[in-house]
Amino acid sequence: MANWDWQVFCRSRDGGDPLPGCFGSDGDVTYFQWMLGAWGWTLQVALLSLIVALVVGSLMGILRTAPNKWLVLIGNAWTELFRNVPLLVQIFLWYHVIPSIFKSLQQVPSIVLVVFALGFFTSARIAEQVKAGIQTLPKGQRYAGLAMGLTLPQTYRYVLLPMAFRIVIPPLTSESMNIIKNSSVAFAVSIAELTMFAMQAQEETSRGVEIYLAVTVLYFVSAFAINRLALFIENRVRIPGTVGSSK
Amino acid sequence: MKKSMIVNAVALASLWAAAGLAQAEDTLKKIKDSGSVTMGVRESSGALSYTLGDGKYVGYHVEICQRALADIQKSLGLAKMEIKYQPVTSQNRIPLVQNGTVDIECGSTTNNAARQKDVAFAVTTFVEEVRIAVKASSGITSIAQLNGKKVATTTGTTSVQTLRKNEKATGVNFDEVFGKDHSDSFLLLESGRADAFVMDGAILAGNISKAKNPADFKIVGEVLSVEPIAIMMRKDDPAFKKAVDDSIVAMIKSGEIAKIWDKWFMQPIPPANTKVGLPPSESTKAAWANPNDRPMEDYAKK
Repeated sequence: MANWDWQVFCRSRDGGDPLPGCFGSDGDVTYFQWMLGAWGWTLQVALLSLIVALVVGSLMGILRTAPNKWLVLIGNAWTELFRNVPLLVQIFLWYHVIPSIFKSLQQVPSIVLVVFALGFFTSARIAEQVKAGIQTLPKGQRYAGLAMGLTLPQTYRYVLLPMAFRIVIPPLTSESMNIIKNSSVAFAVSIAELTMFAMQAQEETSRGVEIYLAVTVLYFVSAFAINRLALFIENRVRIPGTVGSSK
Repeated sequence: MKKSMIVNAVALASLWAAAGLAQAEDTLKKIKDSGSVTMGVRESSGALSYTLGDGKYVGYHVEICQRALADIQKSLGLAKMEIKYQPVTSQNRIPLVQNGTVDIECGSTTNNAARQKDVAFAVTTFVEEVRIAVKASSGITSIAQLNGKKVATTTGTTSVQTLRKNEKATGVNFDEVFGKDHSDSFLLLESGRADAFVMDGAILAGNISKAKNPADFKIVGEVLSVEPIAIMMRKDDPAFKKAVDDSIVAMIKSGEIAKIWDKWFMQPIPPANTKVGLPPSESTKAAWANPNDRPMEDYAKK
């Protein structure tokens, strides 16, 4: 512990002594600044993917509970396809394989590809949870909705989904935290996010312990912030006396 | 009870500390006592150090180390000495040398001033030149032509830093794309996602030789940086360093080292029996003519 050197973060990444104030000027970038930038990329990839995952995952989850075997088939096929291929392999498929078939995709920035890869991968998991949430509800609720003259979409919108989503907030929280951590695979397709920063900075500075500790803290803070936010939402939308409200 | 536990813990801790110190001080004694030595090797560092599978490790630096260790075995008068091979990565190689897991690292470690604070290096046996690989059809011949182009390099290498400094110094503006390893970076070049791949010459040559059609690629342009690559050992163990250095200097003097170079860089090498085709650079020849363990920073000054 004695030979830790936290000043390393105040060094310019072009070498030299630690800069006062830890921020460089005139194009000088300190490792600290670089790390913050990398954190920004991590959050950007994670949050955009999360939006894709929630939208597509909810849609697929709903399809899987629809009273139509073709819709169910589409939902199931989607889920199994994206759930059964490792994430890193999916990223490579999106980045190297698919663009070599459809040349126009080569011009698409890699962040877009990564957001869709990570988003679709997570959407399969979210679809599974949304489906479970809907199926947890007694069948009578669906029948009651339809019997009252609501159309099927209205039954979902006003009867089933409000309850189902409340039930699945805890597993969705886990997925949202996972997406922060899974965003580290983006380094494989040249996104300058935290994991790439860690690998590169530790090579340049030979201060791997300090760099990795700082990066660990940032990952923890990001995932924990999502956790707290989800808890807040969970408490706000809770309906006393129903499932999903333990307190 | 409690007190004796503390006393025990302190005694144990000081024992460990003492053992650690003894280890740090005398590798030769450790080799003599245990009859074995641990060599740090790389899974895939071009022709410098790589695996054939089955726990077999070969390469230019591995062979130099094997010969140096054979000399040490002779001078220690050991009838039998076992060489254990321990694969290392760029992330763990320095800690493993420091803590005594690895006695001598024979991979592709750049000798620089920052690392000299933690470890010692043998005399430089290989001088790497950072170069640019492009598609032969691209017409690119120098770094100035990379303006506005995409340049690939590998995450976790010093080439990234070299590239950045060059960009800053010359005002040439290019987009960097990063491969997660060398073959990935080369794939970026091959698939057209990048217009150039900036990396150590030996690695570029190795990747090109393994490409589907090696004639499609060529190495062009100025040398972007010069890096001495050397065999790494624990710091503050002058006797062991001297033994290794003496052995390497003898190999240089006898011309042995040029033969080893020829074997690994000019002739077909296993497992695929392809040629790297990389003659020793002028800087490598200079390092042989004048054996030294100067860090990379000294090369930049001249």
